[in-house]
Amino acid sequence: MEIFATALPALGEALVLIFQPQQIMYLVLGVLLGLSVGVFPGLGGIAGLSLVLPFIFGMDPVSGLALMVGLIAVVPTSDTFASVLLGIPGSTASQATVLDGFPLSKKGEAARALSAAFISSLFGGLLGAIVLTFFLLIARPLILAFGLPEMLMITVLGLSMVAILAGRIPLKGVAAAGLGLLFGTIGESDASGSLRMASYDIPYLVDGLKLVIVGLGIFAVPEIVALLRQDRAISKSGGLGSGWLKGIADWFANLWLSIRSAIIGVIVGVIPGLGGSVVDWITYGFTVQSAKDKSQFGKGDIRGVIGPESSNNAKEGGGLVPTLIFGIPGSGSMAVFLGGIALLGYDPGPHMVRHNLDITYTIVWSLALANVIGAGLCILLSGQIARLTTIRFTLVAPFLFTIIAFAAFQSSQTLADLAALLAIGVIGIMLRRFEWSRPAFLIGFVLSSQAESFANQAVQIATVRFKRDFWNGMEYIGSPIVIAILLLTILSVYIGIKQGKQILGNSTPPVGDKRAPFLFLLAVTGYTAVAIWDSAQISVLRDKIFPITVGLVTLVSCGVLIMRMMTAPASDPVFADLEAGDEDGAAPHGLWGTLAWFGFLLGLASLVGFIIALTIFFIAFLRMRAGVSWMQTGILTTAAVGLMCFLGGVLGRDFPPGLLQEYVDLPWPLT
Amino acid sequence: MTIKNTTRRVALGAVAAAATVALTATTAISGGHGGVDMSGKTIEFVIPFSESGGSARWANFYAPLLSEALPGNPTVVVRYRPGAGSTAGANWFQEQDVNDGTLIFGTSGSTQFPYLLGDPRVRYEYDDWQVVLASGVGGVSYLPPDMAAKMDGLDATGLQGDDFIWGSQGATRLDLVANLAWKMLGMTVDPVFGIEGRGDGRLMFERGEANIDYQTSPAYLRSVVPLVEQGLAVPMMTWGSLDDAGNIVRDPTFPDIPTFKEVCEATPACETSGDAWEAWKAFFIAGFPAQKMVFLPNGADADVVATFSKAFQDVHARDDFAELSAKTLGIYPQMTEDAAQKAKDLATGVPDSAKAFVVNWLQEDYGVSLN
Repeated sequence: MEIFATALPALGEALVLIFQPQQIMYLVLGVLLGLSVGVFPGLGGIAGLSLVLPFIFGMDPVSGLALMVGLIAVVPTSDTFASVLLGIPGSTASQATVLDGFPLSKKGEAARALSAAFISSLFGGLLGAIVLTFFLLIARPLILAFGLPEMLMITVLGLSMVAILAGRIPLKGVAAAGLGLLFGTIGESDASGSLRMASYDIPYLVDGLKLVIVGLGIFAVPEIVALLRQDRAISKSGGLGSGWLKGIADWFANLWLSIRSAIIGVIVGVIPGLGGSVVDWITYGFTVQSAKDKSQFGKGDIRGVIGPESSNNAKEGGGLVPTLIFGIPGSGSMAVFLGGIALLGYDPGPHMVRHNLDITYTIVWSLALANVIGAGLCILLSGQIARLTTIRFTLVAPFLFTIIAFAAFQSSQTLADLAALLAIGVIGIMLRRFEWSRPAFLIGFVLSSQAESFANQAVQIATVRFKRDFWNGMEYIGSPIVIAILLLTILSVYIGIKQGKQILGNSTPPVGDKRAPFLFLLAVTGYTAVAIWDSAQISVLRDKIFPITVGLVTLVSCGVLIMRMMTAPASDPVFADLEAGDEDGAAPHGLWGTLAWFGFLLGLASLVGFIIALTIFFIAFLRMRAGVSWMQTGILTTAAVGLMCFLGGVLGRDFPPGLLQEYVDLPWPLT
Repeated sequence: MTIKNTTRRVALGAVAAAATVALTATTAISGGHGGVDMSGKTIEFVIPFSESGGSARWANFYAPLLSEALPGNPTVVVRYRPGAGSTAGANWFQEQDVNDGTLIFGTSGSTQFPYLLGDPRVRYEYDDWQVVLASGVGGVSYLPPDMAAKMDGLDATGLQGDDFIWGSQGATRLDLVANLAWKMLGMTVDPVFGIEGRGDGRLMFERGEANIDYQTSPAYLRSVVPLVEQGLAVPMMTWGSLDDAGNIVRDPTFPDIPTFKEVCEATPACETSGDAWEAWKAFFIAGFPAQKMVFLPNGADADVVATFSKAFQDVHARDDFAELSAKTLGIYPQMTEDAAQKAKDLATGVPDSAKAFVVNWLQEDYGVSLN
């Protein structure tokens, strides 16, 4: 009751502070900026905040907060467009949305999927704001109860979702997740800085692979290439089936699922150090596990959209709790947000929550209002934007290549980003072709570094505790929270193994020649073996124990798969090869020829710089591949180059220079 | 590669020299404030870190003020070039030949340390760069109350029997100053490596997983002082501050907390002379009193350098500067010209013996090899 006595008056004061014409105007401005930035994959809260940060200094605090919160709150809303319409994970928050959202688009139900996603986002965002309101005053002891062993267990719970997403052959899922985990260890280790599968001669690898690039490479590149080979619209029927009202009805029919997912989102968001990247996978896994009829998941089940989307906006509200209470950012965008608050003259932390509760609560109101305005706008737009799926894809693809190349280039601003994207893209294409679970790979990659850090750190602390005395150690690693999450994990794996196969249905996969799937398996096995050997050379134990352990598990899985391939007939599902199937095999264009177009863009960029390469690529592609008129080619090329220059100019980014720029000084944007 | 770049640098040097003559002439004619007019230009303030770190906060604090103070009020934009713990951005800056003042570069302790330690990733050379600003930061080490009670006044001998745990960002990062200080006091401190920022270390302390920690001053003021007030933490010592003559004195932000030097003098196991002390002092100076510096490239002409030095002085002379900076940077010397140069020399020129000591110690205690 005491909480209500403190919270309610401050909440009222905050409401008065925020409901002023000027403040609301800044909030709407923030929302519009957030929506515009969030629509582009790879750009998110950080890029958006960097845009407004220079203007924050000297603003009145409530307006400044409204502007920033409005921007942050809607990024996980607008990134849904790319996930659902194009199969490109807009940001880490919408990776799981791709799994069912994109198949829905292919079925011609893009508007339905979008509106269901947005209404779920709206609901999750509001729930997050409500939790933030009251949790803010009591969360401190709860958050402090989550030590390293507890966080490690939550990470393991996230990894256990691999069980349900593993696909037809569970071992392939395990190997894919292991490969993802190994890819996550590439570069300088977090603990002591030893190099894994990297060399100082290739500085790019020292820093490790970036999530943006891996996400785009694993999901976006294979889908774009596959669609481009078909030369038709994303929607198979070429039209839009059900409209956006259907999506809202779907959400209402699954209200309970939405509530549960939002609660999971808030809880995972509240725990500092976990980051938001697991939350959509955990909710997707739970959505599937708890559903009665699982046959449509992965093929376009609306529940697969509602679950993750309800959680990812709720996570933002949850994530503000540790950010405001401890002044510790839970994500990159939260860190920039903290800097922004400091520019306004406030220091987030216990002090601010205690003494500036009214200002703190304007953040809560901004969050709630931004969700309503942002999601509301998106719902109204979804019917129109969904028409994108009815355009001939060959005209959309060059824009997508451009956008994902630009997004990838944001991570280190070197050409190596583009090379990495292409290389990961090829791996993604192979994983897709031979039916290795791509979600499993990505979950492994996303969780790799935190699984390793938490495990290492927890072991280090536990060792010292056990040295003191045995029970001191047991008390540390065997807390009630750890045991509870452990039971959840066991349950999750059990359900996953029992029912996971149903996600991809029981239909027999297309199989062709034995040779291609076998060669790919050998390549994965080879990489794993080399990674283990490489890690074994490291002198520091805590830098090598994780990659070696993960590598050995992967190697054993690969070994068993090799044996199965050696003994099984060519019709066995282990030899799944989409190239032998109807859709890919019969496509009018070849796989490598299509990928070569993307390679052409990147190769040309390394020679003459991105903007010139883009111009040449557009003209060549539209004339030769799409076969459109010079007139249309001119309009589309101008639009693409103009869009890139606008984005680069507004965000203050340079474009990848090529060999030409080494010798000739060119004016921006050609630099 | 090297040869090509050198040639390029020489060629551009010639161009720059010609430009200098032209610029000097222009300045002489305009004859005004003795500064290079920057109106209409965009100055890129590049930092080799991501948008989320302390350096970003520092650069964004200075950018608008610098814009106001430079002649012609150019736009100052902060650009981020993160990678490989800041060495990637520094290696990039080493290759730049922008000498008209439209490119400045901000480094931090994490850039200095790998340079000092001869890290194989370092391809940059501080001697090539011209410093125009050096910003100081302090650090405070603190303990849980039960551990603090074991200290006898300034004498830390009572802490030698305990097992300490703390969250550290890495053996070769800024944290080595703390690790070495505690080791010199004879304490057994196990660093838990691999946390992502000092805030995470404080959280481990608050959760009771760690029982010693340190924070840089702004973070200490903001987050640890409330813990001290609630009786959950007790300050142990500061790393101190550097006076104009290069001596370690009490931190002006925390005049009541003793420095490590004082604690070391009072603790029999610790000595304020010899290899360990010299090494600690060298790395403390690289890490704290000159933690963040702003550089112009090698070829920037003297007039441009003077313009920036003057602009930073003007920023520091603002009536509201003390108030503004106290919130973001803490109360620390913001050095320009000779003071900045002195700080840079101290920060980037470690005696070989000190370096060898640290390299050897990192190898022995943490198994970190820098070869």
